[in-house]
Amino acid sequence: MPSARRLWDRYRSASPITIALLALVLGLVVGAVIIIATTPAILNAWRGTFHSWGAPGHALKVTFDNVGAAYRSIFTGSIVDPPQFWHSVTTGRGWTASLTPLSETLTYAVPLVIASIAVGITFQTGLFNIGANGQAILGGIAGVAVATLVHLPMALHLPLTLLAGIAGGVVGGAIPGLLKAYTGAHEVIVTLMFNYVASYFMLFTLLSTPLQLPNQTNAISRTMPGGTQLAPLFGTSSGLRVNYGIVVALAVTLFAIWLLDRSSIGFEFRMTGANPHAARASGINARRTLVISFLISGGLAGLAGVAWVAGTTHYIDQNFLQGSAGIGFTAITVALLGRNRPIGIVWGSLLFAALEVGGSNMQANTGIPYDLATVIQSAIVIFVATPVLVKEIFRLRALRAESVKVATAGWGS
Amino acid sequence: MRLELRGITKKFGSLTANDHIDLIVEPGQIHCLLGENGAGKSTLMNVLFGLLQADEGEILIDGEPVRLANSGDAVRRGIGMVHQHFMLVPVFSVAENVVLGFEPTRSLDRLDYARARENIRSVSREFGLEVDPDATVESLPIGLQQRVEIIKALSHDAQLLILDEPTAVLTPQEADALMAIMRSLAASGKSILFISHKLKEVRQVSDVITVIRSGRVIGSVPPTASENELAAMMVGREVSLVVQKSAATPREPVLEVRDLVVRDDRGLAVVDGVSLEVHAGEIVALAGVQGNGQTELVEAITGLRHVESGSVVLAGRDITNHSPREILDAGLGHIPEDRQRDGVVLSMSVADNMVLNTPRRAPFARHGTRNLRAVRDHAETLVESFDVRTSSVEAPLSSLSGGNQQKVIVARELSRPLEVLVASQPTRGLDVGSIEYVHREIVRVRDDGHAVLIVSSELDEVMALGDRVAVMFQGRITGIVDPSTSREDVGLLMAGSAPAGTR
Ligand SMILES: Nc1ncnc2c1ncn2[C@@H]1O[C@H](COP(=O)(O)OP(=O)(O)OP(=O)(O)O)[C@@H](O)[C@H]1O
Ligand SMILES: [Mg+2]
Repeated sequence: MPSARRLWDRYRSASPITIALLALVLGLVVGAVIIIATTPAILNAWRGTFHSWGAPGHALKVTFDNVGAAYRSIFTGSIVDPPQFWHSVTTGRGWTASLTPLSETLTYAVPLVIASIAVGITFQTGLFNIGANGQAILGGIAGVAVATLVHLPMALHLPLTLLAGIAGGVVGGAIPGLLKAYTGAHEVIVTLMFNYVASYFMLFTLLSTPLQLPNQTNAISRTMPGGTQLAPLFGTSSGLRVNYGIVVALAVTLFAIWLLDRSSIGFEFRMTGANPHAARASGINARRTLVISFLISGGLAGLAGVAWVAGTTHYIDQNFLQGSAGIGFTAITVALLGRNRPIGIVWGSLLFAALEVGGSNMQANTGIPYDLATVIQSAIVIFVATPVLVKEIFRLRALRAESVKVATAGWGS
Repeated sequence: MRLELRGITKKFGSLTANDHIDLIVEPGQIHCLLGENGAGKSTLMNVLFGLLQADEGEILIDGEPVRLANSGDAVRRGIGMVHQHFMLVPVFSVAENVVLGFEPTRSLDRLDYARARENIRSVSREFGLEVDPDATVESLPIGLQQRVEIIKALSHDAQLLILDEPTAVLTPQEADALMAIMRSLAASGKSILFISHKLKEVRQVSDVITVIRSGRVIGSVPPTASENELAAMMVGREVSLVVQKSAATPREPVLEVRDLVVRDDRGLAVVDGVSLEVHAGEIVALAGVQGNGQTELVEAITGLRHVESGSVVLAGRDITNHSPREILDAGLGHIPEDRQRDGVVLSMSVADNMVLNTPRRAPFARHGTRNLRAVRDHAETLVESFDVRTSSVEAPLSSLSGGNQQKVIVARELSRPLEVLVASQPTRGLDVGSIEYVHREIVRVRDDGHAVLIVSSELDEVMALGDRVAVMFQGRITGIVDPSTSREDVGLLMAGSAPAGTR
C-alpha cells in the first residue's frame, strides 16, 4: 500500500495535465468566492445567520443554490443541457437547441486554437508575440478585401481568401520580426503597440471607399459572398453556427505538431527558445530563426482572424476582435495554459471557449455578470503559470522553475 | 558537527541512485566522496541538503535523527552547500547575494546593508576569505564567485560544509587557495564533505576517502592510498592514469591562425596577435592561466566572437568571421568550455542533444522533416560506445549526472566527420575512467589524421596529451615547446617570462 508520503510525492510530481485540472478547480473556487461576495441574496442569508446566531443551514443552502445555479448555467450553456438533450434523444426533436451549446463553444474555439498556436510558436522560440490580435485583424481585413473586392471562380475564391488572411498576418508578423532581427527593437513593445496600429488601420479601412459597406456612414465592411465563407458544418438550415473553420483549426493543429515535434526548423525554434547560447554555438542563425518564427506566427494569427470572419461574422465592423473579443490577447493566456504545445492548446481553447459561451448563458440566466467567466479564466492561468510566468516575463535565471533540477544534475554538481 | 547517514536510498523511477548508503563524518573532518560519473554523489548531497527526499534511511546530526524537508531546514541545522553551478544572482552585489533569502532588515522591511556588509567582513576575517562586499558578482572571476558561495554558506553558521566538485572550474592556484581554506575551516572544528574527481587533490586534503560505485559504498580508505588504488576502487578495474600514445606524425597544417586580434566584451584586445598552426596528425595543447585570452581565441576560431584582424584558415579555406554554421560544416568539432551554456540544451532529450549541431544532416532529417528513429538509433549507439549513464536516450539531459552530460558532448563531437577538433577543458568534471576513455578517443582522432587543439588549465593534461605545447600569456603565445620540457620552464612561460632555449 502506498504510504501517504508516496501519494504526496506522486501528487507533487504531477503531470501538467493534473496541474491544469487542479488549476481549473481552483479557478472555479475563486469564481465561487466572488459570486458569494457579490450576490446580495447570499450575503443577506449569512447576515441573518449571524444576527440570529442560528444554524448556518439556510445560509449554506442559499450559497450552494446560487453558486450551483451559476456554474450549472455555464455548463448547460457551453456543453450540454441534459434534460433538453434527453428530450431530443427520446423524441427526436429539438436537436438544434440540444446541440447549440456545443456548437457555440466549438465556433469560438476555432479562432482561439489557431491564434494560440500562433502565439505558442513564438513562445517556444523564446519570443513574445503580444501582437497576435493585430495580426488577426490584418488577416481579417485582407480576407474580407479579397472576398468582397475580387471576383474569382468559386473553387479559387475561398482558398485565396484564406491565403490573403495569412498574408495579412505575415505582414503583421514581419514587422516586429525584422525590427528585432536588424535593430534589436524589443518585440514585446513593437507587437504590443502594433495592436493599436492594426485596430486604427481597421477603422480607417472600414470608413474608406472600397471596403466600407456602400451607402453607410458606420464603420462596417461589405459582407463576404457565400462562396467565400466557411460554411456551417451541418448546413445553413441546421441553425448551428459551427462551421468548416473546425477543419482549418484541425489542419493548423496538425501542422503545428509537425512543425514543433518533427520539423528541423521547429527543432531550431525550440533550441533557440531553450538555450540561445547553445543554439548559436550549434550553428543556428538566430536572426533567421526569429524572423521565420514571427512570419509563421503572424501568418497563423492572420488565419485565425480570417477564419473567424469567414466562418462566423461574415463581415467586419468596428468591434471586430476588440475588447473582450480580442482573441489574440486571450491566445496568450491559452498558449501559457497549454504549455505552448498544440494538443494542450486545443484543450485550453476548448475550456476558454466554453467559459466564454457559458458565461453569457450564466449572465442571461442568473444575472451574474459575464465577466466572472473572464475572472475564472484568468485565475486558472495564474494558477497554472505562476512560476512559468515569472520566469518568462522577467527572464530570471535564479528563479527558473527547473533550478532545483539543475542543482541535482549540473555537471559535477 | 557529527553527521551520520544510515541506509540512505534514493530512486529515480527504476534507477537506484543511492542504495543504502552509510556514512559518518566526524567533527573537524574533511571527508571526500569519490566515485564515477553517475555514481550518485550529487544525489546523496542533495538529499543531505534537503533538496531531494530519500526514499529510505535516516540522517542523524550529533546522534539525533532529523528530517530535512527543504534546504531551509538544512541551513537551520547548520548545513551549508556550495553547488558546482553557483546559485548566485549575477547582477547583485556580493553582500546582496550572501543575505539573499535571510535578509537582515531594519524597520519597515528595509534591507540592512550595513549589517549585511559587517556580517560578510566578520566571516571574511574569521576564515581568511577576502572579497569586496560591494562588488557585483558577475564582475568577479570564478574563483572569487565560489568564495562568495562559501561565505554565504558560512554566514548562516554552517557546521558542515558540502562542496560538490568545487575545484572543477578553478585554476590550480585557486584550487590551492581553496584547499588552504578547507584546512583552516576543518581546524576550526567544521566538518567538510568534499567531492572531486582529481585524485591528487583528494589525497592531499582529505582525512578519509569514501568510494561510491553505482549508488553503493564500496569502502573507506585513508588518503595514503595510492592514486591507482583509488582509481581501481572507483571504476572497478585497473585504470591507466597516463596517456598511451605513439609519437605524432604531423603532416600539412590544417588549422592556421595568423596574427589574430580579438577584443573581449569590454573592448580590450585579449587576443593580441596570435599565430598558431595545428597540423594534421598532431595534438597542440594550449596551456596558460585561465583568463589570458584562451577562451576568446577559441571563440574566434569557432565563429562565436568577431575577429578584429588577422585570419583563421581551416583546411585551406579562410573561415575568418564566418558563421558558426559554415565553420562547423567546414569540419570543425568543438567541445566548449562552458558546456551547460554552449554545449547542451538541458531540457531536451539525450537523443536530441546528440544531434544538436547536425539536426538537418542525413539521416537525421530529410526535406525539413526530422527522422526521429534515426536520431534515436544514433543516440543509442553513442550512449553504448561512450558508456553514457542514462535511463534512456529519451530522458532529458538535465537528469544526467554532470560527467555524463560532458560525455554526451564528447560523443557528439567525436562522431561527426571532422578536420579539426577544438576542445576546451575536455575532461572537466569527468571521472578517471572516463578521462582515460576521452583521452584515448582524442588520440584516435589525431591518429586518424586530424588536427587537434586542446585548451586546458590542467597542466598534467596539457603535458600528457600535447605533441606540442603552446603557452599563452596576456593574449600572446609566449612559447611553443616540446611536452618533455620541464614544468618549471612551462610555468615561467605561463607567467610571461621566456626561459632559455625556447622560441
Ligand atoms: N532528477 C533526476 N531524474 C532522473 N535521474 C536522475 C536525476 N538526478 C540524477 N539522476 C540519475 O542518478 C544517477 C546519479 O546522479 P548523480 O548526479 O548523483 O551522479 P554523480 O555521482 O554526482 O556524478 P558526476 O560525477 O558525473 O557528477 C545518474 O545516473 C543520474 O542520471
Ligand atoms: Mg555530481
